[in-house]
Amino acid sequence: MTTAAPLIEVEKLEAWYGKRRILNGVDFSVNAGEIRVIMGGSGSGKSTLLRHMLGLNRPVSGTVKLFGIDLAAASDREKLDVRKRIGVSFQGGALLTSMTVGDNVALPLRELTNLDEQTIRIMSRIKLEVVNLGGFQDLMPGQLSGGMIKRAALARAIVMDPRLLFFDEPSAGLDPVVSAELDELILRLRDALRMTIVVVTHELESAFKIADTITVLDQGDVLMTGTTAAVRAADNERIQDLLNRRPREIQVDADDYLRRLVGTGA
Amino acid sequence: METLTRPLAKIGRGTVGALSGMGYAAMLLVESLYLAVWGWRLGQPLRLRAVFEQMRQVGVDALPIVCLLAFTVGIMLGIQFVSALGEFGAQSQVVIAVAKSVTREFGALITAILVAGRSGSALAARIGSMTVSQEVDALAVIGINPVRYLVAPALIAMLIMLPLLTVFADAVAIFGAALYSAPALDVTPSAYMLQSMSLLDPGDIGQGLAKSAVFALLITLIGVSTGFSVSGGAEGVGRATTRAVVLSICWIIVADMIFSFFLNR
Repeated sequence: MTTAAPLIEVEKLEAWYGKRRILNGVDFSVNAGEIRVIMGGSGSGKSTLLRHMLGLNRPVSGTVKLFGIDLAAASDREKLDVRKRIGVSFQGGALLTSMTVGDNVALPLRELTNLDEQTIRIMSRIKLEVVNLGGFQDLMPGQLSGGMIKRAALARAIVMDPRLLFFDEPSAGLDPVVSAELDELILRLRDALRMTIVVVTHELESAFKIADTITVLDQGDVLMTGTTAAVRAADNERIQDLLNRRPREIQVDADDYLRRLVGTGA
Repeated sequence: METLTRPLAKIGRGTVGALSGMGYAAMLLVESLYLAVWGWRLGQPLRLRAVFEQMRQVGVDALPIVCLLAFTVGIMLGIQFVSALGEFGAQSQVVIAVAKSVTREFGALITAILVAGRSGSALAARIGSMTVSQEVDALAVIGINPVRYLVAPALIAMLIMLPLLTVFADAVAIFGAALYSAPALDVTPSAYMLQSMSLLDPGDIGQGLAKSAVFALLITLIGVSTGFSVSGGAEGVGRATTRAVVLSICWIIVADMIFSFFLNR
């Protein structure tokens, strides 16, 4: 882990879906070279936080800066500049189903660079080799398994050699062996390509295996950010509930529940 | 009290939804035209290959069905006009009646309805499924503007191909009418066709072309805005596809009526 200037700075970020508040003034930053895992249960706000960091959602209040650039205030050219320096591996892969795997991986190079076709083909094949998918470039996404789709999506995410790489639930829906392979791949990418990596996950085993630091989110609040050891030792009931998979006690007020059920109050 | 306010609230929500939908479609129109013209300066050039591919799908692939329907409508108009005008001893007016009604009205309308059902629905389904599977998000974070990548080529292709299809449909419909009406009028089909051409003025063709350009905008914008607004997985995509077709056809007919009101009174 280095002490360089933060690549990601999130300050007092609030997010709402309709009348529901998802993020309650979240503050955190990610330094260059680290693997940061954002962990939390369902509905904790981690996916919403990720969407804000990717510039897919506009903050209601607060700021999100990538490489020192405020995404909400940036010009189109600045945004494009930022996007060329980040890569994203989505939960379901999000490969374009109308294209072959090779064309998917080559897409950012074709659309955002002036490289010739031969170079583009070579570069995308190299990235497919990196994720152990050499020789699969002519297949369509529908012909791949879940793990292969995630690896192909990763090849697309790293084809522009980004400085910052995001993963949304990399292990979701994968068997333990494939999931472990993907974890190894993430660690290799950080070491070999010196990327800063942000992983959003609720898979504890995977999180503690790959993280340098972990940010724990719960109901839109950052409960803590620290090393894996610090998170394990945290003296916080909610964190311990999450780590030990203890379901939270839900207290239901019968009258309030009835009012909400029939739509006459609350 | 609530029984009174609930329907009002529903109407209010519907109105706000419709207005926001129109606003969103207008924003997509402006952005896609801007990117089509100036995108290359922002490093987001129009994808000409995609435009040609869309032109093939919207136009060339639709030729057989447009041909069949236009031909049928032409025969149908021939039957109606020969019969109706014959009652007044005005059969000689069949040629001009068919020619004007086809070029001003039916050619553009039938073609637009057909393209809305074929290509508007395909556009909504394609963009809808891409939205659901986060492919649109993936394009955005890669740095590829989804409007430039998905909307602009479809819009340009539709603006080129729908007027061309309309002219083709006009010719086929008049030919269909000629085949039925020529014997009744005691002329040859080729003489019927030549007479139709001599009776039409550029304004008649122009009216159909202007309509078809507006219909092209409506079909594309409704298709893409419905697609981008999809939520709820595969079921949502299905709903969006149906919605896109129904909305497109409704707006095409409303726009046609407005055109006719201002151009033909």
